[in-house]
Amino acid sequence: MFSGFDFDVIQRSLPYLWQGMLFTLGLTFLAMIGGIFLGTLLALMRLSGFRVLNMPAGGYVNLLRSTPLILVIFWFYFLVPLAIKKISGDAYAQGIGPFYSALIAFTMFEAAYYCEIIRAGIQSVPRGQVQAAYALGLTYRQAMMAVILPQAFRNMVPILLTQGIILFQDTSLVYVVGLTDFMGAAGKVAQRDGRLVEMYLFAALVYFLLCFSASHIVKRLQARYSVGR
Amino acid sequence: MDFSVFFQPAFSGGGIYLDWVLSGIKWTLLVSILSWIIAFTAGSVLGVLRTTQLTVLRAPAAVYVEVFRNVPLLVQMFIWYFVLPEIVPKSMGDWLKTRMPMPEFWNAVLCLGFYTASRVAEQVRSGIQSIPKGQTEAGLAMGLTRLQVYRHVLLPMAYRIIIPPLTSEFLTIFKNSSVALTIGVLELTAQARQISEYTFRTFEVFTVATVVYVLITLTVTVAMRELEKKVRVPGYIGSAGK
Repeated sequence: MFSGFDFDVIQRSLPYLWQGMLFTLGLTFLAMIGGIFLGTLLALMRLSGFRVLNMPAGGYVNLLRSTPLILVIFWFYFLVPLAIKKISGDAYAQGIGPFYSALIAFTMFEAAYYCEIIRAGIQSVPRGQVQAAYALGLTYRQAMMAVILPQAFRNMVPILLTQGIILFQDTSLVYVVGLTDFMGAAGKVAQRDGRLVEMYLFAALVYFLLCFSASHIVKRLQARYSVGR
Repeated sequence: MDFSVFFQPAFSGGGIYLDWVLSGIKWTLLVSILSWIIAFTAGSVLGVLRTTQLTVLRAPAAVYVEVFRNVPLLVQMFIWYFVLPEIVPKSMGDWLKTRMPMPEFWNAVLCLGFYTASRVAEQVRSGIQSIPKGQTEAGLAMGLTRLQVYRHVLLPMAYRIIIPPLTSEFLTIFKNSSVALTIGVLELTAQARQISEYTFRTFEVFTVATVVYVLITLTVTVAMRELEKKVRVPGYIGSAGK
């Protein structure tokens, strides 16, 4: 089965693949940070008693969660340049480049998923904590920042990281707009050298090793963090 | 906003662009539902295997789940479509490459089915493991074989318990079916993009596609809620604890 294999093609293209991997890791990391930040805001909106806040947040989350990621990527590739032209008022405004368009698409998409995780995390903090914080005279902001969110995030660390692993896999879908992430790099070498079998199997192996070890680390963290609860 | 674009004659094929949308919906539904049948069947078998006491059965199922969960769907799609015909025996590879009917469609169905099976397997496993051990022991004490215990005691409960997570897997399969466009299946997202490229009515076309996906989600959610009510086990909160 491996007799006709050309392992050399992998070795030759390693520097190029590494560039792709840096793109993938950068996109994953930044989209995760952005997604968690926006997701926290959305979760606070969804949990608030004001309809003006919780209705739009709920609508946004449900809309994004029922749309395929590929369609969301297409949406943002179409909308981001339009928005830039609108904001700058210049009909010939330069785009912000494919990386940032992808970053915005993934951040907005992940925010919807992180929102639901964080909402569940906030709700898992016992009610007495909120009441105690208010009884001590803390404002909403202080109660959230100093009492509720730190506890919520402590419980959520494993599941936030698991979502990060899913995001890492999902970034391969930037393929549909032709970006050179790790999978894009592997695909381009595969097409150029006619070595589809080697490159795609190598890509699968790399993704597997990274995700498998990452999820094992998360499992360990989970065991450690669950102590004391 | 000008939705009349859907009634304009299409670039090719003789119909109007609405026909392209409908054909896209048809393929999205076909890919998703056929994959779900594979995912549910294979996932149930794998999930049950993971709860047995025989390592010979448990270990391969565990390996399957780890492999299929930790490789991105897009990569798996390419492996089914581009790699598989090259690494199977030559006669079979030739059949896959030249004589297989609708290769994009069937590869997408198989890929999505076996990918989702790993996720269904995890749900089935956790459903079975959430049932108190006493139930199995009671079944065995009454003289049921292990197989009968699964068939009459464990699975009827487990499936009811896992309806909510299974619903979300079922919804995910409709969304993931859009990945089939990367190997050339003209499902809804692919058609939306194609129409937008021909007509430049991107906003209208993407809006319609998004609305269709939302409608699919709503329909499935409502249907599963009904199912959940119907098979509710008396004495459990709601129909099931999560």
